[in-house]
Amino acid sequence: MNIFDHILSLVTFLPLVGVVILLFVPTLDDAGKNLARWIAFVTSTVTFLVSLWMWSRFDNSNAGFQFVENYEWIGNSIGYRMGVDGVSMLFVVLTALLTPICVMSSWKPIQSRVRDYLIVFLILETMCIGVFTTLDLAMFYVFFEGSLIPMFLIIGIWGGKRRIQAAYKFFFYTFTGSVLMLLAIMAMYWQAGTLDIRKLLAFHFDPGVQTWLWLAFFASFAVKMPMWPFHRWLPEAHVEAPTAGSVILAAILLKLGGYGFIRVSLAMFPDASLRFAPFVFTLSVAAIILTSLIALVQTDMKKLIAYSSVAHMGFVTMGIFSGNVMAVHGAVFQMISHGIVSAALFLCVGVIYDRMHTREIAAYGGLVERMPRYATAFMVFTMANVGLPGTSGFVGEFLTMIGTFQINTWVVFFATFGVILSASYALFLYRRIIFGGLTKDTLKSILDLDAREIAVLGTLLVLTIFYGFYPAPILDATAASVSLIAENFSKAIGSTAAMVASVN
Amino acid sequence: MKSDLLSFAALAPAYPELLLAVGAIVLLIVGVIWSRERSNGIAVAAILLLMAVIAVAIWQPAQGVLFNGGFINDTFARYMKILLLGCSAFTLVLSTSTAKSFGLDKFEYAILVLLATLGMMVMTSANDLMSLYVGLELQSLALYVVTALRRDDPRAAEAGLKYFVLGALSSGMLLYGASLIYGFTGMTQLDQIVTVIAGSGRSIGLIFGVVFLIAGVAFKLAAVPFHMWIPDVYEGAPTPVTAFFTAAPKVAAMALMVRVVTVPFGSITHDWQQIIVFLSIASMVLAAFAAIGQTNLKRFMAYSAIGHVGFALVGLSAGTAVGVEGVAVYLPIYVTMTIGFFAAMLGMRTSEGYVETIPQMAGLAQKRPFLAAIIAIIMFSFIGLPPLAGFFAKWQVFLAAIDAHLFVLAVIGVLASAVSAFYYLRIVKVMYFDEPTSEFMPVPAELTAVMAVAGFLIVTYFVTIGSPLYAAAHAAAGSLF
Repeated sequence: MNIFDHILSLVTFLPLVGVVILLFVPTLDDAGKNLARWIAFVTSTVTFLVSLWMWSRFDNSNAGFQFVENYEWIGNSIGYRMGVDGVSMLFVVLTALLTPICVMSSWKPIQSRVRDYLIVFLILETMCIGVFTTLDLAMFYVFFEGSLIPMFLIIGIWGGKRRIQAAYKFFFYTFTGSVLMLLAIMAMYWQAGTLDIRKLLAFHFDPGVQTWLWLAFFASFAVKMPMWPFHRWLPEAHVEAPTAGSVILAAILLKLGGYGFIRVSLAMFPDASLRFAPFVFTLSVAAIILTSLIALVQTDMKKLIAYSSVAHMGFVTMGIFSGNVMAVHGAVFQMISHGIVSAALFLCVGVIYDRMHTREIAAYGGLVERMPRYATAFMVFTMANVGLPGTSGFVGEFLTMIGTFQINTWVVFFATFGVILSASYALFLYRRIIFGGLTKDTLKSILDLDAREIAVLGTLLVLTIFYGFYPAPILDATAASVSLIAENFSKAIGSTAAMVASVN
Repeated sequence: MKSDLLSFAALAPAYPELLLAVGAIVLLIVGVIWSRERSNGIAVAAILLLMAVIAVAIWQPAQGVLFNGGFINDTFARYMKILLLGCSAFTLVLSTSTAKSFGLDKFEYAILVLLATLGMMVMTSANDLMSLYVGLELQSLALYVVTALRRDDPRAAEAGLKYFVLGALSSGMLLYGASLIYGFTGMTQLDQIVTVIAGSGRSIGLIFGVVFLIAGVAFKLAAVPFHMWIPDVYEGAPTPVTAFFTAAPKVAAMALMVRVVTVPFGSITHDWQQIIVFLSIASMVLAAFAAIGQTNLKRFMAYSAIGHVGFALVGLSAGTAVGVEGVAVYLPIYVTMTIGFFAAMLGMRTSEGYVETIPQMAGLAQKRPFLAAIIAIIMFSFIGLPPLAGFFAKWQVFLAAIDAHLFVLAVIGVLASAVSAFYYLRIVKVMYFDEPTSEFMPVPAELTAVMAVAGFLIVTYFVTIGSPLYAAAHAAAGSLF
């Protein structure tokens, strides 16, 4: 038996092994708590190493699914199917990378119910990785929705003052959107006779049916992504969640929506995607401009970054529904890059929140005097968030805009305003926190990054700059699959156009 | 006419019922002679008897029709019987250590549960309108008495009386429907009615009969608008009895409903389908909104039960084998969740007695983490969140509804489940997000065991029982079509 036949199952369910071990660790004293932290850290690190190993064996030239596992399970409807292609593989690695970082960053801030916290985090990791590795649409829903329970608990138990309201809001927005997707998945089953994603990709749905299915999936993904105006849950969830919760939320959970758009909406319903593209463009541009403006006036750091996430996701949706190679490629890159950068920004906020216990921008100022290392790291991530060339944030935004430019010039014209606005709110934030005089007494004794924080932020900093200068590893891995998706998309809408022409 | 009573071997399809009937009578005699003090011994004997009957039902696969067509044992009946016997056994386990504090330490309690179970088995095997009624009444009469067993408690007496009066009304409706059906087809045997309808077509009188028959059964199921008795009865009855009510009688009534609409009226699906669709939508929507305001746990569970009956009926609405398959998957998952929940509820005790309201559960997660985790798992599963078992139950019934193009029903159903998430989450919120206000007593071992089994099955459903359960449900549904 070759281990690579089952490596995806291993990557997906390895965190659960840690959960089982944690169940038997008594955490009454500090030693027990530390042991639990180490177990979670080691489990998630091993998972990350396995995912890297998988990447090393990934065949970049193969556009199809690799490491495939395929078993029928419950009747004909639900199968246990695993497989990754270029689009999903990197998200697996990203999730596996961020979980140990989250565990490390919660080392000190989380002191109550440590074991429960680590257990739900590892479960969350399994659910997130599962979304990307599964090749069965029913299982996709299982993992997609399965992430709700741990996230609900993370916000509700370890969150801030208004955590209960935030947890409920998070839950209801995403759950209500998703149940409609569930019905669409069932309808797809009766149409195509299977929920195997590989077979569904080859199946041509009737354009009339596509419209309804597309809308049902849109209800779920647009909330998850989140697209304007379905984003209302996000700022609250981000603000109330503990730092590591925000990190996973911004870096991974939002990407589930984007991944779903590429995998399902664009690839399986090309006709409907083409028809709704102007609608998506409108919402994307609205997200980019409006939420950037909203970000400008925020007084809460986390809220500002949350709104900037919504704006950046606007570029992703814009790129996806342009449907050409460059734009989709850019969208995938932008999601990976945003996964790293937004995670880092939330960690940066967490660093000073742990020291001062406030997220109010007005409570800070002049931190550069006491925290030079922090100021440097924060600077790099702010620049990456703005999309400065030389950081990973630039590559994705640039590619999506070039790609979309070929489809619709006006959309890009408005989207570029977002670049300017993101520079204003990000630099504005940076100036108010880092520069100015260190006048506030409470800040006089603030300490710079400790070793643990340097390890966490340093990793992400290296990645941000590395992929900014040398994005090839990511672009090469995704190229073949993205080309195939874009090719199929143009073929499908081309054939429909030809059909319409021949009918007329 | 040939009698089945000539040889014992010919009675093979009814062995489980015979064993249970004889066993119950023997236990009754033993109980009367022996002593009134040793009710626990009788309860343990009853559990063992139920397990023996389950063994017979599993390893004695004799199928066939008995008693001049009045009794049928097919795969569907066997599936449902094993399920409801399991429910009865587990709910008796719940009352072993708690019986005394609920005034159930009388030997009659276990025997009444056995007799009710016998009635339910007859219901699932009924192949004739008359045997159907006999089974239903045996079940109901035993349940009326169980409700009011603690006769010096005014709440229990009130619940028993309400249950009896409304139950009698529903029996009347059912009988009225049965007599109309007999009058217009000339037959009482279910599989002969279908041939008469195929021959002479349907008449308006027959449709009336079907409506009354379904109304009668819907009463036992507590589907809206025949649900008004259930919150009061659940609240008034002692908690172990409520646990029993939410599980086995629901299974039996649902099995009866499935058989009664699919076997004799399989050819006029369109006529009864709309009734079931209405019952289903009304149950899901009413339960979703009515449960929000409840603070009493048992009333809360009553509305939750109404909602879940609505979801199970989504499967039956399809009127297809896939739909019945969905119902057959839904029921075992639902009863696992409720029995698990009641085990947890009986395990929640403060110094002032059993926890009966939701606010009293505040901070349970910090005092009794295992108990709180089990309840949380069950609540998430009730909502239908994957990867827990409740999701797969909903998956099967909605899959059938989509197959039958019942899109409106399906959309209303999933939205109702989103609303219902609100009140299920409230329990999680109270246990996990709120600070504890009182100390909780240790949980008896057998309740912990029941909770552990239920929790394990719910969490690992997909990998453990999911596939075999589906295969069994598939076979069961296949035997009706």
